[in-house]
Parts: sequence; structure tokens; C-alpha cells
Amino acid sequence: MTAPTIAPPATRPRLTPNKRLAIGLGICLLAAGVFMFVNLSGNLGFVLELRGRKLAAMVLVGWATGVATVAFQTVTNNRLLTPSIMGLDALYIFIQSVLVLVLGVALVGKVGTYPMFFLNVGLMLLAASALTTVLFGKRSRSVYVVVLAGLVLGAVLRSLSSLIARVLDPSSFMVLQDNLFASFTAVNPELIWLCAVIVALASWYLYSMRSTLDVLTLGKDAAVSLGVPYQRTLRRVLLVATLLVCVSTALVGPITFLGLIVAAIAYEISGTGRHAATLPMAGLLGVAVLVGGQAILEQLLGQATVLAVVIEFVGGIAFIWLVIRKASS
Amino acid sequence: MTSLTPDVAKPATATPAGRPLTGGWFGGLAALLMLAGVSLFVGVADLSPLDFLSGNATDRQWLNLLASRIPRTVAVLLAGASLALSGLLMQLLVRNRFVEPGTVGTSESAGVGILIAIMVFPSAPLVVKMLIAIVTALIGTALFLRLVRSLPPRAPVVAVPLVGIMLAGVIAAGTTFVAYRFNLMQSIGIWMQGDFSGVLRGRYELLWLLAIMGVLLWIFADRFTLASLGEDHARALGLSYKATLNLGLALVAASSAITLVVVGGIGFVGLVVPNLITLWRGDNLRRNIGWTALAGAGFVLVCDLLSRTLNAPYEIPVGTVSGVLGGVVFLALLLTGRMRTQ
Repeated sequence: MTAPTIAPPATRPRLTPNKRLAIGLGICLLAAGVFMFVNLSGNLGFVLELRGRKLAAMVLVGWATGVATVAFQTVTNNRLLTPSIMGLDALYIFIQSVLVLVLGVALVGKVGTYPMFFLNVGLMLLAASALTTVLFGKRSRSVYVVVLAGLVLGAVLRSLSSLIARVLDPSSFMVLQDNLFASFTAVNPELIWLCAVIVALASWYLYSMRSTLDVLTLGKDAAVSLGVPYQRTLRRVLLVATLLVCVSTALVGPITFLGLIVAAIAYEISGTGRHAATLPMAGLLGVAVLVGGQAILEQLLGQATVLAVVIEFVGGIAFIWLVIRKASS
Repeated sequence: MTSLTPDVAKPATATPAGRPLTGGWFGGLAALLMLAGVSLFVGVADLSPLDFLSGNATDRQWLNLLASRIPRTVAVLLAGASLALSGLLMQLLVRNRFVEPGTVGTSESAGVGILIAIMVFPSAPLVVKMLIAIVTALIGTALFLRLVRSLPPRAPVVAVPLVGIMLAGVIAAGTTFVAYRFNLMQSIGIWMQGDFSGVLRGRYELLWLLAIMGVLLWIFADRFTLASLGEDHARALGLSYKATLNLGLALVAASSAITLVVVGGIGFVGLVVPNLITLWRGDNLRRNIGWTALAGAGFVLVCDLLSRTLNAPYEIPVGTVSGVLGGVVFLALLLTGRMRTQ
């Protein structure tokens, strides 16, 4: 499993997991500094506030995605599948579109952001648990089949969402799209505080489960015989992961491969398989990739819009590599 | 990779193996033609078959019928049949039930060709754009085969489409990146989005090339079936395996590039239709060609009719409709275990 680069030669002292986490934190701070303070000009107060809001959103999303993906991959025992690849991002946007279609544009505008978010999250949790029952229910499916089904489901949901977008009155849909559908360039600022609370609680909950998750890496049967309530843990972690997907999709929109990339790197560089280290490491990496990537693209290269595309490009290659490696082992 | 075990040896029905056109097939053809007739009279402009039969149709209505409705219906039938046949052929050659040009990067590579054509030769005629798209589609397909070969022979069947879908995603992301930098997102988006609303007389005739591809597939059907037995068996039976494989993949790449250039991407047809036909009639290329072409044309025609009527008087791109319909059918096949994944 471990590539030669990870196990350093015996002459060099191995870094402890905590030191590795500290280095990760340092990289995040550096990226945040570059993002905030490079290329400052014009009205400082305005620029810093704008950048600060974006930074907060990206930190939340990067952390939430990393943590959720590691926990999700442990309980599903599947390092190719992530909440996003299972189609949960697309599901969130689909539910959003259906709500607009059913309630009508005017009503959604009047209800306000918070109630809509809660309604959306509630429906999302219901739909996600139904989906989980289908994919991880009684019939045991191969890892690959679940991943393929998730990818196809995501594609179908995206088609459905764009179908709904077409059926809606075009002009009001445009207005709505600006208010409801977030992207890297149009971060949704109203929800940041609420999302920060959700992410903090969810991270704390997952961290408190770290020992159970450690046991689950032994495999389902071993974990069950060691006294882990498997079905209950699976259901809870999947619900928390769903919640975190809601947060990140609401703030910056779908980013399919971020979780896959950061989780795969986190396993390699944490120096241990314990979730006390891999969970925060994946979270930090998520922050580093988003903030660092955006800092490089926006502040240094002047290409603000393409981070999601770059992540998709790199993530796709990483995925192919993971499939080939897994199939060869 | 051993999923595909064609039962060419034992015909599954009383019909002798190798007879593609049976009475049932002609019945299906009649049904398809009736549906195509309906398609001629569905749309925004008010056309009624009675007017044309009684000679009351105005010049305007005749123009509408001849320049828009008939070309559109013909384009739908040609594209649908060709998409389904490309899927079937690719499944035989890759020996995997889960591949089609849209899930292995062939269509996306053709998109790269279109992007190059828009950037380098913006005023070139459609034929030149098509040729460039065919070349890049071939390169993309070859890249996919190279990747699949690096999977171990005992790798699970489903790993192949996963690699393909991701390759397609990577190529699409690369295309998007370049298109963003050169402000071509909108043009490339219009090219890649499957949509028959732009099909008019004078703008779709390249699609007749697809009919030639279909005839070639028919002529070489037996060789492709042999090639689907795997390299060793095919060679032992006297087939020049490499040449057959290359011919087949060239057919697939050219067909998908032509379809993409003229109408855009229409997903899942090549995946769902051949699998449904195979589930129903067993695994025999020559026997299934006719039915697959018919069902593919019918499927896309239904999608196109829906795309015209769901949100009338506006149109929904046919690629979106087929993405929903085809995707749902594929998920059902996958999750109910109808498609063997072991």
C-alpha cells in the first residue's frame, strides 16, 4: 500500500502524526495569507471583507469535504466512493430545483434563505437515507457497482435539474440561480455562520467516533465481532456526511472530486491509519487545496473561475490511478 | 473481462442464427415509421396531415415540412440508429457490456477536435471540422484502450467503464479549461449539447454518412463477432485480429464524431439499447443489428418528441431528455442485477 515516498529511509527520523498535522496547518495558513494579502489594491476595507467572506466559505467547504469523505470511506469500506461521487451534490441541486418548481419563484423569494436551506437539508437527509438503503442495503454489491451506480445517478440528477431549469420561466430562473445556486465566484454569504456551526458540530461528532472508525477499518465482520454496532454507525456517519455535503454545496456549489483527492493524499501522508490523524489531515488538505488553489489561480494567474475545472481534471486522473491500482492489488 | 461469452454456437430461437431481418423486425419497422409520421406533424408551426392530403397546404406549410420537419425526423432516425450500433460494436470489441462512445471518452475527444477547429480554423466548412473531430476521437479511443490494457485481465468488469467515464471527465475538464481561457465556453457548449432544433435542409446531410457506416458494420458483422471471442480464439479461427479491431474502432470513432458535429452529444443510447436487445434476444451481432438500429432510432425519436412537447412552445435539448430516460433505465438494469457484473 505505502508508496516508497511515504516510508522515508531509516536514517531520517520519521515525523510524528502530530508534527505532520502541524505542517498541514502551516500550509493552510500560508495559503490563506497569500489569498488575503497578495495583490491588494483599491479600497482595502472592501477588498479584505470580500476576500474574507470567500476565505471563510472555502475553509468551511474544504474542511467539511475532507472530514466527511474520510469517515464515509471508512464506513463504506470503499476508497473509490465519496459522498460527491455517490451523487449527493447533484441530489442537493436537484432538490433545490424541485422546490423552486413546486413552490414557485415568488414564494421561494418571499420565504427567505434560512427556511429554504432547512427545508432543503431536511428533504436531502430523507432522500439520502433512501439512497443509502438501496445502495448499501441487504443485497451486497461490489465496490465498483456502487461507484458506477453513483456516477450514473449523479448524471441523471444533473440532467433532471437542467430539465427543470428549462421548464421554469427563463427570466425568473436566472434571478433565482443567482440567489440560490452558489459557485466559487458567487459564494453565498448569508449561510456562512449557520454552516460554520453545522460543520463544527459535525466534525466534533465524527472526531468523537474516531475509535469506532479505527475498528471499522479492520473490515465489517471483524468490527462487528469486536462489538461495533455496524448498521447504526453506518447510518449515522452517512447522515453526517450528507449534512456536510449540503453545507458545501450550498456555499460554493458542487465540486465532485475534492474529497477523493484529499482523502487519498491524507491516507498517504498522515503517517498512521488512525482517524485521530487522518480526519483532521484530510480536512486541512481540503482547506489547503481550495484556498491554495484559489490563491494561485485568482491572485497570481488571474483565472478566478476555473478552480472547479482544475480539481475535476486532477481528480479524474487520480481516480483512474486508484482504480487501476486497486484492480491490480 | 470474461463477462462476454457470446453464445454464437447455439441459436436461442427457432430462427436460424444470422438472419437479421425477420417478420417481427418488419413489424417493428412499420411501428417506427408510424412514429416518424407523428414526428412530422409535431412542433410549433401548425401542420396537419389532412391539409397536405387534401391539397390545401400553403407554400409556407410545404416549406416547413420539406425544409425542417422531414430533415429533422431523418436526422433523428439516422443518429439514433448509429448511436445504438456504435455502442453495440464497441461493447463487442472491448468485450465489455458497459462501454459506449459516451462513457469511454470518444465523444469528449471529438469535442477536443471541435474546439481545435473553432480555435485554429474558425471559418472552415463543417466537413473539415468533422475530419478533425474524427482524428481526435480516434486518438481518444486509442488512449482508452491503452488504459484498459493496463488493468489486469482478472479486473472486475465494471472497472472498465469507471476508467472510461473518468477519462471522459478528464478530457471534458481539459476542454472546458481551454474554452474558458479563450472565451469559447458558449460555442463549445452549443456543439456538445445534443439538440435537433438546428437541423434544417442543407445542414444535416453529413448524417447520411452514418448510413454508410451502418452498411460497413453489416458487411463485417461476422468478423466483429469473431473478434469479440478474444484475440487468441479469433486468431485461431483465422481472423486478422488487429485489422478487424482497428476497423471497428475507426467505425465507432467516425460515427460518434459525425453525430457530435451535426447534432451534439446524446447520452446512454449506445449503452441502454444494445443491452436491452441483448437481454431479449441473446448475444449475436448479425441477428441483433437490425433490431438494435431500429430500437436506437425509436428511442431517440421518443426522446426528441418529448423534448419538443414537454415544454412547448420551447424545446428541451434532446441530450437532457435521453440523459434522464436512458440513465434511469441503465440504473435499473445495474441495480436489479440484470447486467452481469461478475
